[in-house]
Amino acid sequence: MSALTLTLKYRPDQRVDMSPLSCQHLLGKEPAEIAALELQSGKCKLRVDQLFSLSGFDTQSLIIKNSFEKLDFIGRDLEEGHITVEGDAGAYLAMGMKSGQITVTGNSGLYAGCEMKNGYLEIIGDTGDFLGGALPGNKIGMKGGLILVKGNAGERVGDHLRRGMILIEGNAGDYCGSRMIAGTIAVMGQTGRYLGYAMRRGTLLLWNPPQLSASFNDCGLHTLAFLPLLFTAFKTLNSKFAENSVAFNRVQRFAGDMAEMGRGEVLVKK
Amino acid sequence: MIINGVSIDATFAEAFPMKATRIIITAQNEKWALIAAQSMSGFATSVIACGCEAGIERTLTPEETPDGRPGVAVLFFAMGGKGLAKQLETRAGQCVLTSPTSALFNGIKSDIKIPLGKNLRYFGDGFQIAKVIAGKRYWRIPVMDGEFLTEATAGQVEAVGGGNFLVLAESQPQALAACEAAIDAMRKIPNVIMPFPGGVVRSGSKVGSKYKALNASTNDAFCPTLKGMTHSELPASCESVMEIVIDGLSKQDIDKAMRVGIQAVCELGATSGIQRISAGNYGGKLGPFHFHLQEIMA
Repeated sequence: MSALTLTLKYRPDQRVDMSPLSCQHLLGKEPAEIAALELQSGKCKLRVDQLFSLSGFDTQSLIIKNSFEKLDFIGRDLEEGHITVEGDAGAYLAMGMKSGQITVTGNSGLYAGCEMKNGYLEIIGDTGDFLGGALPGNKIGMKGGLILVKGNAGERVGDHLRRGMILIEGNAGDYCGSRMIAGTIAVMGQTGRYLGYAMRRGTLLLWNPPQLSASFNDCGLHTLAFLPLLFTAFKTLNSKFAENSVAFNRVQRFAGDMAEMGRGEVLVKK
Repeated sequence: MIINGVSIDATFAEAFPMKATRIIITAQNEKWALIAAQSMSGFATSVIACGCEAGIERTLTPEETPDGRPGVAVLFFAMGGKGLAKQLETRAGQCVLTSPTSALFNGIKSDIKIPLGKNLRYFGDGFQIAKVIAGKRYWRIPVMDGEFLTEATAGQVEAVGGGNFLVLAESQPQALAACEAAIDAMRKIPNVIMPFPGGVVRSGSKVGSKYKALNASTNDAFCPTLKGMTHSELPASCESVMEIVIDGLSKQDIDKAMRVGIQAVCELGATSGIQRISAGNYGGKLGPFHFHLQEIMA
C-alpha cells in the first residue's frame, strides 16, 4: 500500500496546526474522510483538501510534500507510524511523540521534540531553540526516544531534558543542556555559552572543548566503559555518529552544575 | 547396552525444574574476567547448602561481548526466582563489583527480569549515573579504579537442574580420569554447567537421612566401602564411583551434554577400568525430568 501523501498546494499566511494529521488520528479513515478534516490556521479552519492534494492510502506512512516553516505540530503525540516531511517543518514538531518515526528533510522550528516520550526524530537540516525541551512553564522536557539533528540546533537544547538522547552533528547554541534532569546530549560541533546551565544530572558529550562556567569542576581524564556501548548503539543510525572514526572512550570529565545539584557531567573527547 | 566394554545401566537420572540466568562478565583481559567469574561462581556447587548452582559456561571473545572486551559467560541456577535474584545480587556485589576493571551484563533474553545492578547502584552513594542505551538500562557506579558499569537487570528463564550420571570404575584414578575426559567434552556444549568442583562430585547423595535435620545424605548404595553392609548397587570389583551433575537451560541441552560425556567415558572403555555407567535414580522422589541413559546413548 502506498504512503498517504499530502502535497501542499499553496503557502497560507497564517500558521497551520497539523496535529489532526498524526498517524494515530488517521487510522481506519478513508481518503475522503481525511480530506474533510479541518486544520486550524490562524482564526480560520481549513479543510485538508483545501491545503493539500492527497494521494496514497497508507495512513501509517505519511509523506508531507512542499512543507514549509509554518506547518506546526507535525506528528504531535504520534503513536506508531512514520511521517516524512519533505521541506521544512514549523514549531512543535513531534511534540509529545510516543513512538514511531519522523524524518524532516529540511529545517524545523522551535520546540522540536519537546516533551517527546519515545520514538525517533530525525532532522536533516537545522532546528530552532528548545529542541527536546519542556513547554514554557512545564518542568519536564523530553522523557525518552532519540533525536538526531544533522545540522545545527538553536539555544536551550534539551532544556529540562528528563531521559532520552539528543544527537547533534553540527553546532548547538547557548544554554545547551540547561536545567537538564537526566539524559544524554551529544554535540559534534561547537557549543555556545552557559553550557549545562543549572543542569542537575545527565551527560553532555562533546567533540570540541566547550566554554564552561565556573560552576563546572574538572574531574580529570578518564576511559569510560559505557562509551563503547553508546557508540555501538549509534551504529544503526544514518549519521556521522555511526562512523567508527568519531567514536572514543577517553574523555575529560567535568562535573556540574555545582550551582545546582551538581550530578551532571560534561565529557569532552580527548 | 554395552559400549566399548562399558555397561550402560537400564536406569535414568532424575532432574527437577529450576530458574536460571546467564550473566556476562568482562574485564581488561581474560585473566581478570575469569578471576571475577570464578569468584562469583565459587561456593555454588549445590542448592542443598549454597543457595544456587553456578558455573562458567565459556569464555567470550571481545567480538561476543557488549563492551568489546574479553569476557566470560556464567550460568546461575536456583530452585526459585527469589533465591536466584538474591544469590545473583549478593555475588555480583561481592565478587564482580569488587573485581578490578570488571563490567557486568545480562546474557539471556527473557520477559522476566531480576535485579543485576539495579540495587548495587546504591553503592555509588548518590554519585551513580543511569544510562539507557539501545533500550537497556545501565548503571555507572564510581569506584576507586574508575567506573563499574553494570546492566540494571538480567533475564530469568525456566531451566532444568540435576541431570547426572555415575561412572563406576575399578580404581579411584581410573574413575577420575574418565570423569576428566567427560568434563572436557561436556564443556564444549552450550547452555550447561557442571557445578561441582572441576565438574565432578565424589559424594553423590540420596534423598533423606536417618538424621531428621538433613534432607540429603551419602548415597550408600554406591559407596564402595559399604558394599558388604548396605543394599549395594556395586559389583565386587568396583572400587570407586564418581558422579557428574549437569544443570542446563533445557532438557535437550542436558541430553546433549550427557551423551557427549558418557561417550567420552566409553571411549576409554573397559580396558581403562571403566565398568559401568549408572545414574542417580531416586524412585521419582526428586523431579519430573527423567534422563534414560540407554535412550540417550541409542
